[in-house]
Amino acid sequence: MDAIIRRRLLMLGPLGIAAAGSGVFWALMLRMQQGKYDPHALQSMLVGKPLPDFTLPGQTPSAGFSNTDVNRGKLPALVNFFASWCIPCVEESSALDELARQGVTIWGIAYKDKVAATAGFLTRYGDPYHQVARDADGRTAINFGLYGVPETYVVDRTGIVRLRYAGGLSSDSVRDTILPLLRKLG
Amino acid sequence: MIPELGHFALALAVALAAAQAVLPIVGAQSRDPRLMAAGPALAVGQLISLVFCYGCLVWSAVVNDFSVYDVAMNSSSTEPLFYRITGTWGNHDGSILLWCLVLSICGGAVALFGRGLPSALRARVLGVMGIVSAGFLLFTLTASNPFRRMWPPPIQGAAINPLLQDPGLAIHPPILYIGYVGFSIPFAFAVAALLEGRVDATWGRWVRPWTLAAWCFLTCGIALGSWWAYYELGWGGFWFWDPVENASLLPWLTGTALLHCAIVVEKREALKTWTVLLAIATFSLSLCGTFMVRSGILNSVHSFAVDPTQGVFILTLLAITIGGSLALFAFRAPVLAASGVFAPISREGALVLNNVLLCSLCAVVFTGTAYPLFAALFHVQLSVGPPYFHLTVVPLLVPLFLAMSVGPVLAWKRADLAPALLRLWWAGAIAALIGIGTELGLHRAFAAAGFAGAAWLILGAFAELVERIRLFRIPLGASWSRLRAQRLGVWGGAIAHAGMGVTVAGIAGMSLALSTIVAVAPGQTIAFGGYQWTLLAMHDVPGPNYTAQVADLRIMRDGRQVAVVHPSLRTFGQQHQTVTDTSIQTNLLRDLYIALGGEQGGKVVLRLHVNTLAAFVWLGALVMAFGGALSLVDRRLRVGAPARRGVVGVPA
Repeated sequence: MDAIIRRRLLMLGPLGIAAAGSGVFWALMLRMQQGKYDPHALQSMLVGKPLPDFTLPGQTPSAGFSNTDVNRGKLPALVNFFASWCIPCVEESSALDELARQGVTIWGIAYKDKVAATAGFLTRYGDPYHQVARDADGRTAINFGLYGVPETYVVDRTGIVRLRYAGGLSSDSVRDTILPLLRKLG
Repeated sequence: MIPELGHFALALAVALAAAQAVLPIVGAQSRDPRLMAAGPALAVGQLISLVFCYGCLVWSAVVNDFSVYDVAMNSSSTEPLFYRITGTWGNHDGSILLWCLVLSICGGAVALFGRGLPSALRARVLGVMGIVSAGFLLFTLTASNPFRRMWPPPIQGAAINPLLQDPGLAIHPPILYIGYVGFSIPFAFAVAALLEGRVDATWGRWVRPWTLAAWCFLTCGIALGSWWAYYELGWGGFWFWDPVENASLLPWLTGTALLHCAIVVEKREALKTWTVLLAIATFSLSLCGTFMVRSGILNSVHSFAVDPTQGVFILTLLAITIGGSLALFAFRAPVLAASGVFAPISREGALVLNNVLLCSLCAVVFTGTAYPLFAALFHVQLSVGPPYFHLTVVPLLVPLFLAMSVGPVLAWKRADLAPALLRLWWAGAIAALIGIGTELGLHRAFAAAGFAGAAWLILGAFAELVERIRLFRIPLGASWSRLRAQRLGVWGGAIAHAGMGVTVAGIAGMSLALSTIVAVAPGQTIAFGGYQWTLLAMHDVPGPNYTAQVADLRIMRDGRQVAVVHPSLRTFGQQHQTVTDTSIQTNLLRDLYIALGGEQGGKVVLRLHVNTLAAFVWLGALVMAFGGALSLVDRRLRVGAPARRGVVGVPA
C-alpha cells in the first residue's frame, strides 16, 4: 500500500475510536430512556451462569476447594469473599454467624490476605465457614468480577449463581434478601 | 429582576460566542484584519457578560430568592452564607454555567495575554474557543437554564446535599474546572494549527505554558477530590477507582504526556502530529469527564441525576466538538511535516517512552472504566473493580518511574545510556538500601518497593541539578553559585518529579496502614496500633443546620497525651441525611483517623485507623503543582511573549 494512504488511514484511527465510543453511548442513552438499562443495578454477569472454574488452596485446617465442590451437597450455598484487612468484613461477621447457625453452607474465600492474618481474623471474629480457601493473588476474584470485599454469591443446587451481594451483609439484608432466596431455591 | 438580568446576560453571551465562532475564522481564511481583530473584543465581551451572569446567580442565592428554581432546589436560608454561594455550583445547572464561565475566562486570557501571537493564529484560536463556547452556552440557555422561575416560590429552599457542605468540596469544582477547561486552550491551538497546516517551535512555545497552567490546576483538583473522599466519606482510603475519579485521571494522564511532548516540539520540532493529537485527546477526555458524569450512564457514588433529553443534547455537542476536531485531524494531520530526527536513546526518546507509558496507562484505565458500558450494550452486566486496576496499572507504573529519573539526565538528539546511569548510581544505591531495609524490617514487599521507588524518584529528580552544578567535582562555592544561576524551569521540573516520589511514598505508607472497629463504653480504654484510645464522653451539639453527636476521645502514647479528638455524626434535619465528620490528627508522618459509627446498646462503635504517611499522598500532588507553577513563572520571565511589538492599529 502507498505510504501516504497508509498514513491517512492511520490518522483516521482516532476518529474511528471516537465514533465507536459515541455510538455506544448513544445506544445506551436510548436504552436508558426506554427503561431497558439501569446503570445503578450492580448485577453480576455471573447471575444465571455457573460459577467460574477455580481450584484454590485451603487455609489450614480447612482443605482447599474448587467450583465443583460448592454444590457437592446438592443444596444452595453461599460463597463469601472476605479479607482480614477489610472493615465491612468485620461488620458482616455476625450476620454470617447467624446464617451458619441456621445451617447454611458458607464457602469462604480469603481475598489477597496473609495466612496468619486470616487465621487471626477467624479466631477473633468467629469462623462461620464450611471451608476457607485462599485467593492469595486475587485472580479468582477477577474471574468472579469481584467489586470489592466483602462480596457474597448465592449459588443454587445446580451450581448456578442466583445473586451477587456486594458489600457487607447485615441482619436486615439476611432476613430480607438472603434467607427468602435460599428458601425459594430450597 | 436580578435573575432576569442574569438570564439576559446569558443570552448575550450566546450571541457574542456565536459571533466569535464565525468572524475571526472567516477573517483568518480571507486575511481580513478587521474580522480577525473582532476575535479578542468578542472574547472579552463574552467574558464580561458571563461574569455578570454568574454574579446574578450568586446574588439570587445570597438573598435567598427561592422563586429562582436553581436556588430553591439547592439552597436554603438556614445555610451559612459560604455554602449559599458555593451551592450555586454544587448542582447540575449551576456547575455547567460555572464551566462556561471558566471557558470564557480562558478565551479572555488568550485575548489579553496573546497579543504577541501572529494575528491569524490568534484569530483561529479564539474562533475555535468561540465554537466550543457557543455550543455549551446554547445548551445552558435552552436546556439547563439556572434562572428558570418557580411560581409560587417555596417558603424555604431544599438546601444542598450535606456531603457537599464542606469547605474542601466547596472549592473543588472551580479548581477542577479550571484544570479541565484550561485544556481547551491547547485544544484550540491544535485545531488552529490544523486549520493553518503548520506546527512549529513558536507554536510549541505558546502551547506549553497554557498546558502547564491547566495541568497544575487539574493536579490540585484531583488531589482535593481524593482528599475529600478520604476525610469525608469516612472509608479511610484515598482512591477507589470510581468511574468519576477515573474520568478526572484520564485527562491528567494525557495532559502530562502533552506537557512533555510540547517540550519536544518547542526544542526539537519533532513529534508534531502526535502533540496535536494529544492536545485534542486531552480536551476531549476533559469534556467526557465533565459531561459523561452528567449523562447518568455511569454508575458512581458521585453521580448527578439528570433528565435524559439533556443527555442527548450533551452527547450531540460532544460528538460535534470531538468528532469535528478528529475529522479535521484525519484530514489535515498528514500534511504536518516532521523535521527533527533523533536516536532512540536520547532525551526525545525518553519523552516518547514517557508518552507511550502514560498513554498506555490512560488506555488501561479507560478500558476498565468504559468496559462495563460496552458490555451493557450486549446485555451483560458487570463491573470492573480495584483488582483489575491494580493488576494492570502497577506493571506500567514501574517502567514509568524507572524512566522518570533517567530521562532528564539524557542529552537531546543522541545520548549514551551508560554514562547517564552512572550519574544516577547514588540515587539507585540509596533507593535499593531503603527498599532492602524496609523489607528486612517490616517484611512488606509492596511497601518496600514503594519506598525504594519513592527514593529513586525524589533523588533522581535532583540528579540533573547535581550534574549541572557539578557537585563535589568543583569547589562547593562554585557549585553554589552555579546552583543560584539555574533557571527556575530546571527547578520546576525537578520538584514536579520529586512530588511524584512524595505521592508514591504516601501510597507505600498507606499500604502499611492499620485499622480496626471497636465498640466501647464511655470511660473504656483500648490499645491499638501502639496508642491507647480512651472514650471520655458522648454528647450532642447543635450546628447551624444540623445536630451533631460528638465523641470525646483521648489518644495516649507511652503515657503521654497525643491528642483529644472529637469525631462526630451530623444529622441534617432538612434532608434526613447523616454525614460522618471524621477526626484526623496528623503529624504528616502518620494520621490518626477516627470515624464515629453510631451507638449500639450503650456502646459506641468507633473505626480507628493509623494511616502511615497518608498526608504524603496529597502533599506530593501539591509539590507537583508547585513545580509546575515554578516553571510557569520561569517561562513568563524568559519568553516574555515574543518581544511585544507595538499593537498595529486596524484601519477603519
